[in-house]
Parts: sequence; C-alpha cells; structure tokens
Amino acid sequence: MIMDFQVVVLAGGVSKKLLPLVSKEIPNALLPVANRPVISYVLELLELSNLKDLIVVVEGEDAALNVGGWISAAYADRLHVEVAAVPEDVGTAGAIRAIAHHLTAKDILVVSGDLVSDVPLGAVAATHRRHDAVVTAMLCSAPVSGPSESGSSGGKDKTKKPGRYNLIGLDPTQQFLLHIATGAEVEKDLRVQKSILRAAGEIEIRADLMDAHLYAFKRSILQEVLDQKGTFHSLKHDVLPYLVRSQLKSEALLNGVAQVEENGTEKIIAQSNQQMLSQILANASERTFHQRYALSPNGTSFRKTHKCCVYIAGSNRYCARLNSIQAYSDINRDVIGEANHLSGYSFSAQNNIIHPSAELGAKTTVGPHCMLGEGSQMGDKCSVKRSVIGRHCRIGANVKVVNSIVMNHVTIGDGCSIQGSVICSNVQLQERAVLKDCQVGAGFVVAAGSECKGEVLAKK
Amino acid sequence: MDTRRAPRAVIDPKVRKVGFFAPPELSQPGLPDPIPLPSSSLSPVMIPPPRHSSENLLHHARPLAPTVPGASSVSIEGSVVAGGSYGSSSELFPAPMSPASPSYSSSRFVGGGDGDYCLNGAAVASPGRGGGKAATSFPRGGFESPAAKASSVPASGLTTVSVVNDSSLGIRGREKADNGGGSALEAKDQATNSKQKKDKTTKAERRALQEAQRAAKAAAKAEGNKASGTVTSGTAKPAKAIKPPHKVDNSSVAASEKKGCDRPPEKDRKKDVPQPRMQYDDESRVEKAKRRAVVKQTEARNRVELFRHLPQYEHGSLLPDLEAKFFQLDTVHPAVYKAGLQYLSGNISGSNARCIAMLQAFQDAIRDYRVPPEKTFVRDLTAKISSYVSFLIECRPLCISMGNAIKFLKTRIAKLPLTLSESESKASLHSDIERFINEKIILADKVIVKHAVTKIRDGDVLLTYGLSSAVEMILLHAHKLGKQFRVIIVDSRPQLRGKILLRRLVEKGLSCTYTQINALSYIMHEVTRVFLGASSVLSNGTVYSGVGTACVAMIAHSFRVPVLVCCEAYKFSERVQLDSICSNELGDPEVISKVLGREDVNYLDGWANTENLQLLNLIYDATPSDYISMIVTDYGMVPPTSVPVIVREYRREQLWI
Repeated sequence: MIMDFQVVVLAGGVSKKLLPLVSKEIPNALLPVANRPVISYVLELLELSNLKDLIVVVEGEDAALNVGGWISAAYADRLHVEVAAVPEDVGTAGAIRAIAHHLTAKDILVVSGDLVSDVPLGAVAATHRRHDAVVTAMLCSAPVSGPSESGSSGGKDKTKKPGRYNLIGLDPTQQFLLHIATGAEVEKDLRVQKSILRAAGEIEIRADLMDAHLYAFKRSILQEVLDQKGTFHSLKHDVLPYLVRSQLKSEALLNGVAQVEENGTEKIIAQSNQQMLSQILANASERTFHQRYALSPNGTSFRKTHKCCVYIAGSNRYCARLNSIQAYSDINRDVIGEANHLSGYSFSAQNNIIHPSAELGAKTTVGPHCMLGEGSQMGDKCSVKRSVIGRHCRIGANVKVVNSIVMNHVTIGDGCSIQGSVICSNVQLQERAVLKDCQVGAGFVVAAGSECKGEVLAKK
Repeated sequence: MDTRRAPRAVIDPKVRKVGFFAPPELSQPGLPDPIPLPSSSLSPVMIPPPRHSSENLLHHARPLAPTVPGASSVSIEGSVVAGGSYGSSSELFPAPMSPASPSYSSSRFVGGGDGDYCLNGAAVASPGRGGGKAATSFPRGGFESPAAKASSVPASGLTTVSVVNDSSLGIRGREKADNGGGSALEAKDQATNSKQKKDKTTKAERRALQEAQRAAKAAAKAEGNKASGTVTSGTAKPAKAIKPPHKVDNSSVAASEKKGCDRPPEKDRKKDVPQPRMQYDDESRVEKAKRRAVVKQTEARNRVELFRHLPQYEHGSLLPDLEAKFFQLDTVHPAVYKAGLQYLSGNISGSNARCIAMLQAFQDAIRDYRVPPEKTFVRDLTAKISSYVSFLIECRPLCISMGNAIKFLKTRIAKLPLTLSESESKASLHSDIERFINEKIILADKVIVKHAVTKIRDGDVLLTYGLSSAVEMILLHAHKLGKQFRVIIVDSRPQLRGKILLRRLVEKGLSCTYTQINALSYIMHEVTRVFLGASSVLSNGTVYSGVGTACVAMIAHSFRVPVLVCCEAYKFSERVQLDSICSNELGDPEVISKVLGREDVNYLDGWANTENLQLLNLIYDATPSDYISMIVTDYGMVPPTSVPVIVREYRREQLWI
C-alpha cells in the first residue's frame, strides 16, 4: 500500500445506457476505445502513478470472468490486480460494501473504470491528504459536446434542453465542496443549506464542472456511512451528497475526541493539552470555514465538522467518462484526435495510425485522426475520416466512413456509407447500406440498400 | 545606524559578565573545560568526559594501530571495547570487559537486533485479511500481504488475475540502488581521487571509531551514574565529540553532505557536523543538491544580487509537481509527506505549528518504522529521519525551532540504550516527542502567558505585529482576567497574517485597532507596550522574526516604548547573526507583485521576463538586541543579554531529558 492508499476500480457491468454496444461478452470495461478496452486507460493511468496494487470490482460473474481474463492476459507482470465480482445492480455503494472487508488502508481511491483521463492521480490523493479530508472529488470541465445524457437514446432527448449538468457549489478558494446536485435534482429548485452558506460566506455555483467519479475517501468514514445508511445505492448520488450535506454537523466520529471523558484527571489534562495543540496548529494559518464554524459560538463547545474537498483538473488535462453512446463516440474521436497522447500509439506523419498489416485499395484515402486496425482490408476508392476501424475488417470498394467507430471483424459491402455510427463486432453490412447516427449491435446483418438514420439496430 | 550600533560595543562585554555572575554551582559545569586536557594528567578519581576520551581515541586510532599509552581509566576502557568488537587489537588487550552492562560487544548486539526483526516480520506477514481461505491460484510473488488477501470471502471473493513478477521488482529495486550509488559516486567525484581513496580506506576504521564511541559513552554513563554529577558537562555532548577529526578527515563533507540513504552510517555522522550553510550562488553545489532533490526545484530567475546565496525557486510549480508525484515517493512516510505538502502550500505556517506538525509526523513515521534486515535500529532510523528532514527542507527551509527539535530527536535516538527492543525503543521515542511537545511548547507557552500577563495593566495600549501564537494567548488570557486594555495590530503585506489574529481577537470581544506597518510611527504615540513574537532568539540577543519586526522594535525604541519579545526557550539558538542577509528565507516573489482583491493592479505581471527587475520577498529579519527591553520565555523574563546563559544551560538540560 503506497502512501496508505488502496485503489478500487469500479468497472461496472453491462450498462443499459450503452446497449447495444455492450453485452455479457463485452461488458462496459472492455468496450474498445481506439481498439483498446476502456479499462486499460484507467489501469495505465494508475500504473503511471505507481499504483500497481488494485482491486477491480465488476458487476456480474460473467463480466467479471471476461474482465479478469483480459486483465490477466494484458497486465501479467505489470500490475497486481484482484477482481471481485458483485451481483448486478448493487450500485457503486453496494460494490464498496461488498469488498469492504478487503479495505484496510487509511484512504481509498475509488476510480470509475470508464474514466479516460490523464489527470495525475497523485495530485488528487495529495490534496486529500493535505486537507485531511473525508472525501475528495475530482472535477473536470464538462465535455464541450454537451453533457453525457443528451443524445444517448437516439433523438428523443435532443428535443429536451441540453441542460442536465451537475451543479457544484464551491467555496471562494475553490478547495471545498459545499453543494452538489446531480441529474434529476437539477430540474427542481436549487436548495442550498443555510448553515453551510453562512459558515462559508460565499458559494460559487458552477455548472461547467463534471464529477469525474474519481474519489478519495477516508476509509473509516466511508465504511461507517455505508454501514449506517443501508439504502445508499450510489457513491455519486447518495454518499457524496450526504457527506457534503452533513459536513458541518458531522455524525461520523472524527478523531474520536468525544470518546474518552471520564478517565481521571490525567486524561483531561492530556486532552486539554491536545486541544491547545490542535489550536496552535490551526491558529497558525487562516482557518478554513470548517474550523471557524466548529469553534464559533464561544470557543468552548466543539462542533464536529469534516471536510469535503475538490481537486479541479487543469484545463489542459483530458478527462471524460464513457457513460453514454455519445460519450463513446466523443472519446474515440478525442483519443485519436486531440488527446492522442492517451492512446499510447505513435501517429504517422499524416496524423493517423494505419497498422502495417492493413491493406488499402487503390485511391483509398485515410484522413487524419483515423485509425485502422491490424489485418483490415479496404477496397478501392474508399474514404475514411475521423474514424476508428478495428482489426480484421473487410471493407469493400467505394465505402465512406465518417465520424464512426467500426469494431473488429466487420464486413462492409461495396458502396456503403457510414456516418456518425457505431458498428459492433461481426456485423455484416451488405451493399449500399447507408447508416447515419446508428448503433449496430454485434452480429447484426444490415440488408443491402437499407437506409437508416438515428436507429438502434440489434439482434432481438 | 552607526550611532545605534555603537552602544552595543559596550553591551557586549555584559554578555560574558552575566555568564560569570551566575551562581557558582550553576556556572561551574558550564565552564568550558580546559581544552586539550590530556588523559594521562587526570586524577584517578575524576572521570574524564567522553569528549576527551574520544578525541584521544581518534588520535590513537587513526594510524590503525591502537597503541594506547598507559593512560587512565575510561579512555582505555573505550579503546578496549573497540578492540573487542573489531578483532584486530583484541590480542593486545586481554579484554578487561567494562563493568557497565550496556557496553558489551556491540557487534553481537547487532545480531540480536536482526533476530528480533525477523520475528517481527514473520508476525506481520502471517495475519491475512478476510475469513476462509479457499486460496485461489496465484503465484506467490513479491506481494506477501496482498497475496494473503486473495481469499474467497463470502460477500465477494477477489481473484488475483495478474501478479507482478518478483524478479522485475527486484531489478527495479536494484536499479534504484544503483542509481543511488551512482549519484553518491558522482558527488564523490568532485573530491579529488586521493581523497576518495582515503575515504575508502578509513571506512572500516571510522566504523570502529563509532563503535568505540558508543561503548565509551555507555561506559561513561554507567560510571557517571556511580560518580557524582560533576561530570555532566563532559558527558553532555558525546555525539559531537567525533566532529573535529571528521572535519579534518574529509574536507569534502560539505559537498557530499546529504547523500542518498544507502550509506546511513556516514550520513548519520555527518549530520553531527554543523553544516556549512549551502551557498546557493555556488553553481556546482546547487547542481548536485538538485540531483538529489525529491521536489523538482526550478531556480527562480531575476534574483536579487545581495541574496543570491539563499535558495529561491519558482514557487508556482513546486506544489503541483510534488502533488503529482504523490505515489512515486514511497521512501517518504505519508505523514511526513503530508507535513511537507502543508508547509509548501502554506496550510501550516508559524514556527510553533510547523515544529509540532513535524514532530507529530515523525511520531507516526517512527511508529510505522521497521528495521530493515541487517541494519541497526539506531543508525537506520537516524538516516531515515535525516532523509525526511531533507525532504521537508526541500518543501520549505527549516526554521530554527525545527532545527532544535530535530537535534533533540536525534540525540534521543542516539542515546537509546542498546538493550531496548525495537518496540520499546519506539515507545520511548514516542513518549520523548510527546514530552518535548508538551513541555517545550505547550507548557512553555502557558508559563510565558503567566509571566507576560503581569506586564499588562489596566488602560494599556498594546501593540503587536503580525501573528504570534504566544502573543495571542497572552492577550486572550489578559482579557479573560478582566484587564482593560486595547490592542493595536500592525500588519504588512503580502501575508497579512495580522488579519487572522484580528479576526480572532475581535471574536473574543477585545477592542482592537488594525493598521499597516506604514502607519506605525503615527500610532506609536499612544502605545504603552509592544509585544512581539519571534521565530528564534540568537545567542547575541538578536531576535530573528518575521520581516518587519525589526522596524516595529526600532520605532518603539525611539518612542521609548518597552518592547517585550515572547519566545519559547526551545527556539533559542546558539547561532550569532548580525544582519538579515547572511541567513534568511526568500518567499515567493510572485506574491508581492499581486495585490489581494485588486485584479486591475497588474503592473508587475510577467516581471520574470524583465531583465532589469528583481523582486525580493524576505521572510525574516534580525532585530538587534538594543531595541528589545525584555524577552519573555519559559525561564522567566530576561534581558536579551541573558539569552546565551539560557542557551548554555538549556542545551545541556535538553540533552539530559
């Protein structure tokens, strides 16, 4: 355990939001981003931070087997990974509950397995430690192409306002989290706790930040909260807001000050010394509002508080979560585009990656920000723009692929046109199929000449 | 200034006078012993202090043929013990083992320590987590305890799917070691070849010396217990005793001051040598220091000529860089790391708070410390602490109080009886640190408050500068006693720490006036007392404190207002400093180029690119003792001229804790 931190990667299971892209065989974690499972981005980020001892939690036994199998093949000798399977639909909080007995370190870093980022994890952990916080959440600027929800299930959501942002309240120094409202809550009026507002003096409400689902928790507190609040289902929607709400009336036993009271005079002396000590420590610099609040009435009665901190990733860092189909396309585009250092590939002079074993027909052009996997063949006069094409695909002549993701072993007939779509593995597109903004599930056969727009095509 | 300095020439002799006028039973042991006291001239009753014995030892031992002339008791004893543990000379002296029990062959003890450790290690490795161990198949790699963890536990079993190969780890470790060795060698390269050779040849010899030293110390202590307390002055500083020969021995000490922790014994010893302060305008040395540094330090550009010898870095990049490396620095204990981060980010400032934070971090580090195999507790821990200290220095230069606390801790480690087990030693160090904090800081503050409150009368107008924990406590206590007084808080940019004090005093209902240091001479008319905090009081009575203190003291002096400096005695230093230039700390220049809450005042933006502009953000200054009426300390209220007496008395007492 480096620095007394333990890492838990929540790899999820088979998310409904990502259907039809995911299945039992390809759970969320193994969804390829630029021809690499998405979880590899997290694992590599952890490895980069020298964190090699991980617990990966996967929902569902089958998914766990698949994920475990892939990790052991890819990271043998590099990482020490333990995979735990938890039942489906226990939520992130349930997942932590299930593995709670494996957690022993002082602090725990919980990372979502669908995070694609290059934010230094050490910085998050260090911020957590520096403030001695109960929870530290990493925030990053929300993706430009709109929040994750919009456009997820076809065109239905698009009629709505694209405004389901997280609302996040920060203190003036931008170090502490004072308010967090996510998802459905945002529709209602914004409710801010008066006590917090009074103590902090000022709350900055921001909608341009996104919770990256990377948290550092103090283990003891997290476990206590999970034990006491059995109904909590999700870290993001239940635990974090709870901790933020209760930060000035902490029910968690912090430092255990109140535990020993009547153990003779010696204890009391020791305690008063301790109090003075902490006072000297605290007095030395500007107090945070927590400390001020804790002492406020007349300095005698200590109110229990705890700190919820944030680490705001710099704007030059990439950070995105793969939690919707829209996000999936965006991330794919970014990883081979502007954030290409994440992909781990070296790009050619034309700013694309074409595997040496790939075959291109005559007059076929592959534009910049494209990727062509191992063993794929393309016919004549094809054109690929800003797309990822997986391994061993066979693409006929006169095919246009724009802004799309084509996974492995896909057969595309002559004259097809694919735009803004995701084509899963083993799909067969017969001649002259035209797809626009479609998702095609694994093994589906698209009939010749069919035209689809904004549809979800999958086997029943 | 010259006219001000003139009277000090008159005062200076007074310093000595005070020392001599101290009651004889106090000053007797404090007097420096006649220095070259040869051991042969000792009367049989008197036990020579170990300093001399060790000096003797060194003189004799350097030619590596321990032909000790038939000298009297202890010095012989020391050398015999040395011979005993290092076979070469044991035949010459048919080992009259010293009567004192702790001084038996130290090499054997090392072995004992190892065994102890092994036991511990086994105990640690065995308890697995979780319940039933339906052991899944995983290769037993280098991960001992995580491996134990991989058991199928009812709620959800963990399956180890990938394990890091043991060998790769080993290689990495070895590489690291190689690197460390490499850098150490490089550092050595600077020294001439001959010196290096000499270094190598004397290594065993020096080791022998150290062993001898320890044995001699133990012997002397045992003897000292039997004999009367007259020896105190001698035995007081045994660790220092080794200093002079080493200075002669390798003059490249300064260059290779802080080596990697792969060579703990040398390092350990070198720490006892008062380090020549690193001169940061010496480029080659700065280069070397940088190579060792954990924190990436970018030298600031546009440094002020007069202060080039002080370290100054680009402050902006330090914190993010250190934070990003959080998980890479596994040599630094998490608690120490946290303290370092807090120093760097300014979450903890003020010398008392920094000192307490450091000591508490060390407490944690010692608690979690395990002796690596084939190392001794005392030496390895000292090396460990030294590496922590150098990490903390990289985060922010130490203040004098921290230096004193470190010195205290190291002496305590060095003085640990060899008979103690590892856990006992740790417990003893833990309680030592606890006591240091309680006695030297907390109790001292209480005593200071008690003394200083007597100087506050009804109707007083007190002036204080900046933020001092001691002064704050005094003011609050006086208020609690119901004294009627008014406080003027003088503050200065860029830190504006006075605001913190102001807020707290106003909350408590004191009547305050807040002003900036520019207005000081106008407000001084109404002031009846000035209370100041201090970072340190040097032994010429100079008060070393936050920048601006000197100005406040001087103006108060010219208005004939008494200036009381409140400072715990553990912050006193034997150093003498005449100005604020030779030793100081440079803060972030960026801070003074900005005005808080005035974004539009940006005339200095991009100042670093302007060739002919340098910004100076000094942290400390030195106030000459002439301007100080009184120093309130835990030993009472003393004139600044009495500081050296306290330093002398206190230092011995500190060692005798």
